[in-house]
Parts: sequence; structure tokens; C-alpha cells
Amino acid sequence: MVVKVYGPAYASPKRVLLCLVEKEIEFETVPVDLLAGENLTPDFLKLQPFGSLPVIQDGDYTLFESRAIIRYYAEKYKSQGTDLLGKTIEDQGLVNQWLEVEAHNYHPPLNNLVLHIMFNGHFGIVRNEQVIKESEEKLGKVLDVYEDRLSKSKYLAGDFFSLADLSHLPFTNYLVGPVGKGYMIKERKHVSAWWDDISTRPSWLKVLEICK
Amino acid sequence: MVVKVYGPIKAACPQRVLACLLELGVDFELIGVDLDSNEHKQPGFLQKQPFGQVPVVEDEDFRLFESRAIIRYYATKYGDKNRKLYGTTLEEKALVDQWLEVEAHHFNDMVYTIVLQKLVIPKMGGKTDHDLVQNCEKKLEQVFDIYEQRLSKSSHLAGDWFTLADLSHLPGIRYLVNECELSHMVRDRKNVNLWWNDISNRPAWKKVMQLFHELS
Repeated sequence: MVVKVYGPAYASPKRVLLCLVEKEIEFETVPVDLLAGENLTPDFLKLQPFGSLPVIQDGDYTLFESRAIIRYYAEKYKSQGTDLLGKTIEDQGLVNQWLEVEAHNYHPPLNNLVLHIMFNGHFGIVRNEQVIKESEEKLGKVLDVYEDRLSKSKYLAGDFFSLADLSHLPFTNYLVGPVGKGYMIKERKHVSAWWDDISTRPSWLKVLEICK
Repeated sequence: MVVKVYGPIKAACPQRVLACLLELGVDFELIGVDLDSNEHKQPGFLQKQPFGQVPVVEDEDFRLFESRAIIRYYATKYGDKNRKLYGTTLEEKALVDQWLEVEAHHFNDMVYTIVLQKLVIPKMGGKTDHDLVQNCEKKLEQVFDIYEQRLSKSSHLAGDWFTLADLSHLPGIRYLVNECELSHMVRDRKNVNLWWNDISNRPAWKKVMQLFHELS
């Protein structure tokens, strides 16, 4: 029985798809149309009570929150596909540290840019130039810390590609694409090299292909 | 060598780490960081935590930041002291992670904004954005409604025992029922109320509160 992943059109579910591809785990996707409010139907809310994406079903096991899902599959299939957790518990500690950095420092300002620039007029968002300006400034400061980190380490948690790097792909893809702020990545030498590396991984290109 | 925890006892994120270390019986030394004088933005601290945030831990030559990464690390390292804290199977562990993520993204953001607007900004001479506070309170009520539903099916968030997911809520709910004067959000919900009474009366959390009162 294959893993069902809900909401492949959106960014957060792509974290999960990418992890499953890296770990060579079979899956199928179930579309959910956020603009039509399909995430707010009683049936969907039974699966994910916050109405958020993604959620997965693996037999009779249901799990939500993309960063919980990727931790689960990275560990359950540790000996298969890419090792996304590192070898020691200290390695895993650093992977979790940079996953938390992505979640709390990187994602919020980037998500504001995505919502105000790409989803203006939807989900109650009205484009606000002040929010865009402040979010870009905040994200810039975070990227400056990344620039320093990546000048000392090939990937965020160390010399191996991990869940921490993986977690950045979907929304950063928006940043360099439809959000139109790729210069934030390009202008930082080490961040740029890191982005060129991770965004050309065959697994990521496969996810983009699947979700076309 | 004891684990060094850098951060003020009055801040939520260091409290999260201390609660976990106390649950596991891991000795620590708390080294205060004075947020009021911007100590966390000085070069000395930024070398430890480049985002200028608390807490950060130093354990011999291993350094780690982000409180939810730190508690996962110690719950794993000392798993034999409390197997259930981070799940006894991978599926249980993933449910702990799921509710830890819920706390981090749906719950924490609201509490953080309410605390910032109602407590921190006025203290710094600024003006509270009451519309924003009202908006956050409304969203938080919706989150608590979901918790009420969840806790009608199991005594704790990730199952029928205390885990990191419940622990992670302790500092935030403490703020809500005290300085933020929003205890009705807990008290008005039967299952949330039972759950809060259970988790906030654990010896480890009571010890954190004792340190909080001694050192504040």
C-alpha cells in the first residue's frame, strides 16, 4: 500500500514528496484545492483539524505537519535511499536545529512574501508594501547568517545534505521564481552555491516534474 | 561535566529546555543572559547563537540552539531514562513531532504575538496593537477548540501519556494564565483544563517555577 500525500500543488507538501523521493518510497498524491476551500470541508478536517497541508495516510496511520512527516520517513527508512539525518545523535541534533531555524526564522518572512506577492486577493490577503519591505529585510538578515554558516560548512547541518537543507527547497523555489527576489540568493556567494547544489538534485527536479 | 544552558529563566524558550532536562534528571548550570541590556545581540553571544536568540546549550564541545531541537536531542540521548517522552515506536515518535510542530506553528505564534503586544511593547514605551491582539486571541480560541476535541480522545496530545509535545506548551500557557490574563481559555474547556492541571503539576515543571521565582 502506497503513502497518500494530500495537496501536491502547494509548497509544504513538496517537502514531503521530496523526502519520499530521496528515500525511494512509493507514493500517490491527492489534489486539494485551497482556493476552492477543499481544506475546510468536514471530511478534510477529520484528517487535519487545522485545515492545513500536507497530511499523509499510510495504511491506517495518518500524520500531519510536513516537518514531522519528513522526520518520520527519514528515520523509518534510514537504511534506504539518501541518509537525511546524519550518523550520530549530535548530527541529528544539528539537523533538527537547522530545521527549527528554517521553521522559525526563515519561513515566516518568506511566507509573508509568498502570500502578499503570489496570493494577493486570496485567503483574506491584501498586498501590503510595508509587510513586503519588512519581510524582505528580515529574510535578508537570516540569509546573512546562512552566508556565514555556509562559508564554513557545505550544507547547513554539516558536510551532508539533510532534512534541514531539504526543508528550504519548496518555498525558496517560490522566492527565486514567482516572488521575483532571486537576487537575495544570487548576491550571497555561499548561499548561491548551496542553492545551485540543492536545487539541481535529481530528486527535486523529479518533484517539480510530478507536480507540473 | 554539566550541561550549560544560556538564557534568562523568565523567558519561555529556556524554560522549555530546563523542564526537559529536569524530567530526564540531567544536571545543568543556568547561565543568565540579560535581554533588557541586549546581551543576546553582542558579539560574544552571537558567536554561540548567530541569530541572537535564547537558549543555547553547551555540552562539553557540543553546542546546540533552538529549544525544540535541544529537547529532542536530550530526549533521544537519555531515552533510557524516560522512553515515553519521545515515543516508544517510530509512529508514536512521529505523533509527538506532529504535536510539537502544532505547538510551534499554530499555538506559539499566537502566544508570542499576544505577549509581545500586551507585555513587552508597553514596557518599552510603545503602543499595543489591540486589533492584532484581538485577532490572535480569536485564532488561539480556535486552536484550543481543536485541543479540546483532541483531548477528549486521549489524556495528552500525542497519546495517553506525557510527552515532549505537552511539555513544549508549558511556558506559553503559563504566560496565558498569568500575565496575559487569558486563563479562561484553559478553564472554560473541560479537557484542556484537566490536561493543564496534570502537566503543570509535574515535579519538573514545579522546579522550573521554583527557579523562576528564586531568580527573578
